[in-house]
Amino acid sequence: MTLLYRLLETIPLEWLQYDFMKNALLATLVVTPLFALLGTMAVNNKMAFFSDALGHSAFTGIALGVLLGLREPVLSMLAFGIFLGLAISKVNSFHTASTDTVISVFSSASVALGIVILSKEGGFAQYSSYLIGDILVVSPSEILLLFFVLVAAYILWAFLYNRLLLVSLNPSLASTRNIHCQAMENIFVVMVAVAVMLSVKWIGILTINSLLILPAAAARNIAKNSRQYHFLTLLIGVCSGLIGLILSYYWDASAGASMVLTSACCFFITFLVGHRMRS
Amino acid sequence: MQSHNACGLCRVEIDHLTVKSGKDVLIQDINMIFHCGELTALIGKNGAGKTTLIKAILGQRPHTGSITFVGHNETKAKQPLIGYVPQQLDFDKSSPVSVADFCLAAIRRRPAWLGFSKKDLSQLKDRLTALKVEHRLFSRLGDLSGGELQKVLLAAALEPLPDLLILDEPVSGVDAMGLELFYQTVCRLRDEHHIAILLVSHDLDLIRQYADRVVLIDKTILTQGSIDDVFESAAFQNAFGYLPRERSRQP
Repeated sequence: MTLLYRLLETIPLEWLQYDFMKNALLATLVVTPLFALLGTMAVNNKMAFFSDALGHSAFTGIALGVLLGLREPVLSMLAFGIFLGLAISKVNSFHTASTDTVISVFSSASVALGIVILSKEGGFAQYSSYLIGDILVVSPSEILLLFFVLVAAYILWAFLYNRLLLVSLNPSLASTRNIHCQAMENIFVVMVAVAVMLSVKWIGILTINSLLILPAAAARNIAKNSRQYHFLTLLIGVCSGLIGLILSYYWDASAGASMVLTSACCFFITFLVGHRMRS
Repeated sequence: MQSHNACGLCRVEIDHLTVKSGKDVLIQDINMIFHCGELTALIGKNGAGKTTLIKAILGQRPHTGSITFVGHNETKAKQPLIGYVPQQLDFDKSSPVSVADFCLAAIRRRPAWLGFSKKDLSQLKDRLTALKVEHRLFSRLGDLSGGELQKVLLAAALEPLPDLLILDEPVSGVDAMGLELFYQTVCRLRDEHHIAILLVSHDLDLIRQYADRVVLIDKTILTQGSIDDVFESAAFQNAFGYLPRERSRQP
């Protein structure tokens, strides 16, 4: 870690002289590729709404942590995120209501539960920082943890991507290839839940879903195959993360929201480019 | 002597098969056998349960009764390789998935986002050339016409060569030329590799031309047998309202 700090100090940028900005930069470099990776499949599977619900359910995770008397609610957030993800995908597999209705029910119920518990005795204000996030509070050990999650995600991605891709195209066809669709979906849901819960504190509940969805959505406007899609998403995700972080420093505003604004700009640019390419 | 398929599948026996969805009976008491080296056509009105039957054979629908894959020596064959061409590929047309991504993701472990080896790509191109869609190798799936997509789906279903090929209404959107090529390819596979083929179709003229056996269902089996037997039957006339000979006499 100290080595990385030294390395960053050699870069002659004013904002990099502060330790909290070095941490924020490293965190951005770890989180954005992770979210880009998961975002490609979340958009393929039309799960934008799903990951939104997952982000919002962080409230309930925090609330459970408070009830259980945990000092750091991250464990209860992880547990609840994974539980909620698997529950949605299970209920969804019964096909009794449409997907967005199912997600909406779970999302509202869990947000409401979280708010009821946290707002008891008027103590909600202390949790409001979760809403917009604060990337400056990230600690080196948390960055390291997320780095391991990133490595694990890439390893899983190398083994499972083709199967996930077939499931996202057509589950019936995938299962004739002996692919267990439900298992694939569950693995993916758990990956998203872990990534979201570990980073929601800095990115913010309100903006975390955009960070997952926007880079992939932007890349999709112009990508023609899986390779282009993957690397464009990665490029857009990391670049808009960095630009957003720098902007937030000069604007003195939320980093998560600045990153989202930047990737939203990327979306509109690629949208226009893609439109011109096709016509 | 005909070369035989790898897993030793000889026939598929379906015995007292019933599929229910809640209280609704979708198909009931289906008993049929279809053999390898034969093209068996499954016909019936809309909503007769053809696709349900196929899903049950694919193992995607819980059912009662049995579906047995029988090998040559009357032994139970291991789970055969099933190639499946769905009625329509219900997918997001804006997906950034190329034909190569789709076909090779199904047979290779190397993740599609790393690209593919030259060897895999050239082999795939040969397979697509046989169906005259090789120019679409790098196109996005969503940019293909209905006919081109069907051929790509067929090419994908044939690798690795299946023991049982299931075609669910495979020819919607295929032009007449493409249709002939499609069926010739399927029939060549039947003759050369002795695979079993189950075909769902509404095109009775094509069935007459290419099928070996016909099964007419409406929730349950109404009649089955040779083309002539089924097409001449009263059940067929009830279901389709005419005899095929009458139609062929029309201008």
